Amino acid sequence: MHPFTYAPVADAAGAAARALAGAQFIAGGTDMLQLLQENLVQPQELADLNGLGLAGITEEQDGALRLGALTRLQKAADDPLLRERCAVAAEALAASASPMVRHMATLGGNLLQRTRCLYFRDVSTPCNKRQPGSGCSALEGENRHNAILGGSEHCIAVQPSDLPVALVALDAEVLIQGAGGAERWVPVEGFHRLPGDTPEIETVMQPGDIILAIRIPAHATRWRSHYVKARDRASFAWALCSAAVALRLDEEGRVAELRVAAGGVATKPWRLMRVEQELLGHRLDRDRVRLAAVWASEGAVTRPGNAYKAPLLQHTVERAILELGGLA
Amino acid sequence: MNAIIGQPVSRVDGPAKVTGHATYAAEFSLPDLAYAAMVLATIPRGHVRSIDRAAAEAAPGVLAVMTHEDAPRLPYKQIAQRPQVDAQSGEQLHVLQDDQVRFNGEPVAVVVAETLEQAVHAAELVRVEYARSPAVTIFDAKQGRPPGEGNAKAGRVPELGRGDVEGAMAEAPVRVEARYVHPREHHNAIEPHVTIAHWEGESLTLYDKTQWVDNDRKEIAHVFGMEEERIRVVSPFVGGAFGSALRTWPHVTLAVMAAKRVGRPVRLELTRRQLYMAVGFRPHSEQHLRLGADKDGRLVALEHDVVQQVGRYEEYAETALSPTSHLYQCDNLRARYRLVEMDTNSPCPMRAPGVVTGVLGLEMAMDELAVDLGMDPLELRLRNYAEQDQQKGLPWSSKELRACYETAAERFGWARRKPEPRSMREGGTLIGYGMATAIYHSDRSGGSASVALTGNGMAVVRSASSDMGPGTYTSMTQVAAETLGLPVDHVRFELGDTNLPYAPVHGGSITMASLGNAVVAACQAVQTKLAGLAQAAQQGPFAGLAENAVVARDGGLGRADGSGPVVPYAELLRQHNLGWVEAEGSAQPGEETKKYSSAAFGAIFVEVRVDEALGTVRVPRMVGAYDVGRVINPKTARSQCIGGMVGGLGMALEERAEWDARFGKVMNANLAEYLVPVNADVAELEAIFVPNDDRNFNPLGVKGLAEVAICGVAPAIANAVWHATGRRIRELPITPERLLG
Repeated sequence: MHPFTYAPVADAAGAAARALAGAQFIAGGTDMLQLLQENLVQPQELADLNGLGLAGITEEQDGALRLGALTRLQKAADDPLLRERCAVAAEALAASASPMVRHMATLGGNLLQRTRCLYFRDVSTPCNKRQPGSGCSALEGENRHNAILGGSEHCIAVQPSDLPVALVALDAEVLIQGAGGAERWVPVEGFHRLPGDTPEIETVMQPGDIILAIRIPAHATRWRSHYVKARDRASFAWALCSAAVALRLDEEGRVAELRVAAGGVATKPWRLMRVEQELLGHRLDRDRVRLAAVWASEGAVTRPGNAYKAPLLQHTVERAILELGGLA
Repeated sequence: MNAIIGQPVSRVDGPAKVTGHATYAAEFSLPDLAYAAMVLATIPRGHVRSIDRAAAEAAPGVLAVMTHEDAPRLPYKQIAQRPQVDAQSGEQLHVLQDDQVRFNGEPVAVVVAETLEQAVHAAELVRVEYARSPAVTIFDAKQGRPPGEGNAKAGRVPELGRGDVEGAMAEAPVRVEARYVHPREHHNAIEPHVTIAHWEGESLTLYDKTQWVDNDRKEIAHVFGMEEERIRVVSPFVGGAFGSALRTWPHVTLAVMAAKRVGRPVRLELTRRQLYMAVGFRPHSEQHLRLGADKDGRLVALEHDVVQQVGRYEEYAETALSPTSHLYQCDNLRARYRLVEMDTNSPCPMRAPGVVTGVLGLEMAMDELAVDLGMDPLELRLRNYAEQDQQKGLPWSSKELRACYETAAERFGWARRKPEPRSMREGGTLIGYGMATAIYHSDRSGGSASVALTGNGMAVVRSASSDMGPGTYTSMTQVAAETLGLPVDHVRFELGDTNLPYAPVHGGSITMASLGNAVVAACQAVQTKLAGLAQAAQQGPFAGLAENAVVARDGGLGRADGSGPVVPYAELLRQHNLGWVEAEGSAQPGEETKKYSSAAFGAIFVEVRVDEALGTVRVPRMVGAYDVGRVINPKTARSQCIGGMVGGLGMALEERAEWDARFGKVMNANLAEYLVPVNADVAELEAIFVPNDDRNFNPLGVKGLAEVAICGVAPAIANAVWHATGRRIRELPITPERLLG
């Protein structure tokens, strides 16, 4: 662990200035402390965002839900508004980590959680994400946790958070304040970047950027939605695979709107547009859902350790849609 | 007075633990304490070419950087009779004694600084260059070789058997053959390993996480060529160990060297990641079984080969063949044990070492045999019930396994099981029932205790034992309280200090059968001593009485003929102007091992729920019935058993070191990726003790129950998964990729 100073910040502008001077942010700290302990990051300063407020879930005038970046995962999971209108998000949060972690971790931090790739987390091994150009140890290594979608020859690390998968299904956006004070909205779907040949760049965040809030648009709050997570143990485990589904049926029971996303299998929260296309305009029945779910693993590149994720992804997506449609 | 032995007394150290008053090794605060951090090798084999320590030495707060270049050369004297917990041949890791790297994670430097953070930071600044040599990092069962003479002498034999296996197998109408794989596992106790070393002149005090203070002292004395008398080891509380704290690891030596170097007490605590390299683990094993039976299900031939990994600098081996040798009646048997040398740190005992491995293969193979025979798995066990230890040719000192089967099966509802696989379901969830037998050999060892009766009515009982979680403090308090006739809260048991009377290793389920009897002896000795004082006195209620005319009764002394009052110990002490009276007692194994074979037994029944689409297995309930001899404290005993069930659940479904052969390293070396069960995995657990009292084995009648509780759990779960799905998963853990593959 590198020596660092600690500085609580009172406002976003001050935080941005510190970040530009070499500080890294800490909020809940549930990931940052591990990164520090394993010597994966070496900030000169930790700028503590907890004094910024930014917590709470509110309904905007148009019916959209605004989730403050510093809202703790457990608070959000328990929020009646979120549970009622955006079940997939509340379920994804409730399935995240453990109660202790959820009481500390923040929504903004969850979007920025670093990968759990075994090689990223062990400084003694090559990892392009941690040390660009050193090589990817996971390609030929212990890769049962790694991605089958969205990978490159440089990196197959999974973005491990549950919440962003649900947020992609809910067509949500992230409100970012730039270093100069300007605010901008970024769709969650475009927030994380594919590794390509720069796996060290994980999101669209720029130096000095701060996440202020997440916004779930009004139309998505009227959808029905659901989250299914497959994992090695019943709680406190990363998703081997997860599926987030949000949909609206028309009066005849046909799928009018649908967004499907997967987690645990891809280098970023992975939207499954082909699955959506197969179901849009159709009534949900078991056969159609099963056939549609087969498309979930389209384009998957598997390795000996993670080949199981292709069928698992199909099954998880199928399960989520069937359960949401009352067909399970 | 009511019996205290057999009562569910709550842990006497519970309040101290939950209020933070229990002091664990890391928590001893010494003036001027400095902190050490290790630098570990990052190659599996080779040597250190150069070490650049300048940046580390210049870092703030650094007191010393020590490498093989400047570490003192230590004598590493041999222990004449190696303790069973050690590797039985080869040389333990000689830390910082040369430039060689024997495994990925071998310490190559230690840094001492004013604070932990400074030490950790400086350790990261040490730059080491290595020259790699070819390393053996892939387990190849074909490379297995027999254990050496040292291990064979210590009971880890390369082969055992009886009769004509080949002939009987050839004629057997029903045969099954299968291979099972069990990955390397790590103990992962809550408390990490930690040592504080404190030199005062030529005397050394160690505050250490250890299951055996006396051996810790002996090992360090031999490493440093010191007299044991100049070393004191203190270890009053242990936050779980499961065997990882039985022997003395290299970091203890490092802490001692570092403290000497800086002239201050030094604390060295392993990080969670370092625990996967700097202490031992349960070795990877592969086993091959062939079972031959007649049409009635009687075993006519049994062949069992177990191959395990071992490090290359020393040879640690296990008693993996022990269960096969005597669990079932079978006239023709051959079992072989082989070791595959690899460039890794040394494995070590982990709960039920070897036996849990052997039981896993045997009990899964028995289930496969039952399927081939079309026989209920429980019935197959009963048909092959061993009325005696056939390998030793001795009767059991006691065996209530039949009662275990009956009790647990009844309680579980085994009769509701439909024999066909995939025949039980609820909605889309497949339900499976599985069972297995558990066994663990019962051992005893010599030990001593002292008892002081004090003028305020208390008894202080002492022995250098350990309580890594089973409840030694509580159960020994009960044994002493009952023997002395005092209430539990008038007895205090002290342990974990080499200044106390010698205790045997706190491992192998032997503590109560060994030390419990020494506590009884010490209690009786102090009663006799007090009676002698009272009889020899000029005045008092027993003055001048004959030796056998005074007996201990109801917390005091009274006349043997029952006349007159019982005089409490404290009152007698006051009458005779004594502050206290103290005596020591000891107990040794007797002739019982020549007359009997002893073991604890169990029968475990589990239900699994399998979600086939997602490949997940959950365990809604487990029922175990155990014959562990007499139960001193059913509450702590139950905790041990359900803890064993949870450990077995982890073994069956979750635990696995993800070993990367390129680096010779465990990659998932943290608790987020090396999974052990969490509360949500654990539903109904029921532990039942069948009545028994094994006075053939030892006077207290106990057999020991730590290890047996984990045996049989994993095969019962794997067997239940077969019943649920029709899939026989022969490699643990049973994770989604195995069920989806």
